[in-house]
Amino acid sequence: MPYTEATLQLLSIDGTLVESDRTAEYRAIVDKLGDDQLREFYRHMVTTRRFDIESGNLQRQGQLALWIPSLGQEAAQVGSAFASRPQDMIFPSYREHAVARIRGIDPIHIIELLRGVTNGGWNPNDFNVRLYTLVLGSQTLHAAGYAMGIGFDGKSGTGKVDKDEATMVYFGDGATSEGDVSEALVFAQSYQAPIVFFLQNNQYAISVPVVRQSRSPLYKRGEGFGIESYQIDGNDVLISYAVTRTALDAARAGEGPRFIEAQTYRLGAHTTSDDPTKYREQSEEDYWKERDPIARFEKFLRTKGESDTFFAEVKQEGEDLASDIRTRTLTLTAPTIDVMFDHVFTDDHPVTAAQKKWLVEYEKSFGGER
Amino acid sequence: MTENLSMAKAINLGLQRALADDPKVLLMGEDIGTLGGVFRVTEGLKKEFGENRVLDTPLAESGIVGTAIGLAMRGYRPVCEIQFEGFVFPAFDQIVTQLAKQTTRHQGTQSFPVVIRIPYGGHIGAVEHHQESPEAYFAHTAGLRVISPATPNDGFHMIQQAITSNDPVIFLEPKARYWPKGDVDMSNAAAPMHQSRVVRTGTDITLVGHGAMVAMMLDAAEVAQSEGVSIEVVDLRSLSPIDYDPIIASVQKTGRLVVCQEAPGNASVGSEIASTVAEHAFYYLNAPVLRVSGFDVPFPPANLEGLYLPDVDRILDAVDRARGY
Ligand SMILES: Cc1ncc(C[n+]2csc(CCOP(=O)(O)OP(=O)(O)O)c2C)c(N)n1
Ligand SMILES: [Mg+2]
Repeated sequence: MPYTEATLQLLSIDGTLVESDRTAEYRAIVDKLGDDQLREFYRHMVTTRRFDIESGNLQRQGQLALWIPSLGQEAAQVGSAFASRPQDMIFPSYREHAVARIRGIDPIHIIELLRGVTNGGWNPNDFNVRLYTLVLGSQTLHAAGYAMGIGFDGKSGTGKVDKDEATMVYFGDGATSEGDVSEALVFAQSYQAPIVFFLQNNQYAISVPVVRQSRSPLYKRGEGFGIESYQIDGNDVLISYAVTRTALDAARAGEGPRFIEAQTYRLGAHTTSDDPTKYREQSEEDYWKERDPIARFEKFLRTKGESDTFFAEVKQEGEDLASDIRTRTLTLTAPTIDVMFDHVFTDDHPVTAAQKKWLVEYEKSFGGER
Repeated sequence: MTENLSMAKAINLGLQRALADDPKVLLMGEDIGTLGGVFRVTEGLKKEFGENRVLDTPLAESGIVGTAIGLAMRGYRPVCEIQFEGFVFPAFDQIVTQLAKQTTRHQGTQSFPVVIRIPYGGHIGAVEHHQESPEAYFAHTAGLRVISPATPNDGFHMIQQAITSNDPVIFLEPKARYWPKGDVDMSNAAAPMHQSRVVRTGTDITLVGHGAMVAMMLDAAEVAQSEGVSIEVVDLRSLSPIDYDPIIASVQKTGRLVVCQEAPGNASVGSEIASTVAEHAFYYLNAPVLRVSGFDVPFPPANLEGLYLPDVDRILDAVDRARGY
């Protein structure tokens, strides 16, 4: 199975803390977390999963063109997102719904993208989260370039953790095979850019198992480029938080890029268009269900003495979010043609202006009959 | 013998026949083996021919096309699948600077029989990069043959012709036409892959287009018929080279031409046809050649695709304008 001797873990699958010399420094980071912060981890994992399920339902009911579930990957995302600091710029792929929510993005904007209302969704500068990117791997180069800019601006390496900036880019195991990702590793390392490559190895690229992308553990890909790399149990929110925190703080301190491979599993389908029974066994899904990131963390919190009331509250919050999303999805209005023409260029452009004018008049000629 | 099949199934059977006919034919692509491709066009083929003939490749389009070129150097006839047209661009360098130019570079000592299958076009309500029509980039590139079937019958035969061609072929599969069924002649008799074809005769005006636009043009012709206008429809089938004879002959008869395409009109295949027809049939034209195209904007979010893509009304609007001269 995908865990190796290098896999870092703090929380075992039965929810108890694992002691080891290798993880002592991460344990120290986690020990400093207050109960409120731990509750936030749990709250975000549970509510994002509920949102995710509701969105899948909305797709099946014809309300969305597509849904991209993140079920099973909540710990990798929640831990790493909370590890970033507000000044860090995050570059998502297309499955990072928990990351977006933690950064304050209203998830209705993710719905808008998958309903076909927009190809964007939010202003990245409002949240320090760039837009979802569908062409695999391309965002890794953007993140590397942005990080190079941070370096050129002298905004990293000053020693102030609350001011120094870094970037973090999310991508998948399949995407690691794209040339862009290798080129991003080259640029990041060459310029010692403040960037963390956060790979969610969910074991599949649609139907293709990760072994087709790499015959050796993928964290070694980072090492091959000379980048300090870690492999973590991506279903352990605590190690995800602690290792990402360490990696980002090293990057912002001017120590160069870092690479994290989070071993996780896509519990659901690739998208609502996909049927996983065509390419994987139930027994494999069962293996990973036993390693469910939420169940494990819940056991941990219960042992720590968290009350039933808390868990009930979080569950209710998930229900409220789901019904709120449902209501608002159903009332989303179709975009106007402005969306198609008005921002193709920043400066005026004669062709788009003329074509917009033509289409407006053409549509008018139907007198609302269309 | 004739069978009633979808285009997806027809191409599947064409690929099966090609794999059976020639042990050097290989299929390569993302998710094409175990899954049978996201559109199921390669369904069952890995099982039948094995994983050394039907390759689930690593996720890298430049890698797929680049290694296909190497395999062709080694005597194979690779058929690459690009999952959606929007993802061909990581392979664009290999296609344009390598695949298209190898034959000239080798001055006749080697040929490069690589086929690149690309599902393309809109009407499926999908997210960004899944609805575009990038054919002009390829048609503009010397050294590539570019074809696009509009019917299941052409899907079945043209994929086999593409594979037996000794040159690189960009094989564009209109997604909107994957599922509707049509009769497929399972014998080996087929029109040459670069031939354009009159698919409906008429006397007042000619429409020409390819891929999913062919069905749209036929629908438009049907509506026009009920209004007393007789439209002739030409299915282009091949975008490079373009077979002009049937188009010119049609224009000589009707005196009017509207070119229809989903792609943006600027520097498009439709522009090329308009200019060539003006050169060769100027004295027969009673009106300028008009184009009905997608707008010159990035393909919009799915909610707006109905406004972006040419439809029957937009085609008939152009027909009216051409007839108004
Ligand atoms: C360049 C490119 N090629 C192909 C695709 C089609 N595609 C979308 S997702 C996907 C699999 C991605 O797998 P992975 O990188 O592991 O990410 P995951 O979906 O598992 O999160 C593929 C092949 C794409 N989006 N971009
Ligand atoms: Mg994956």
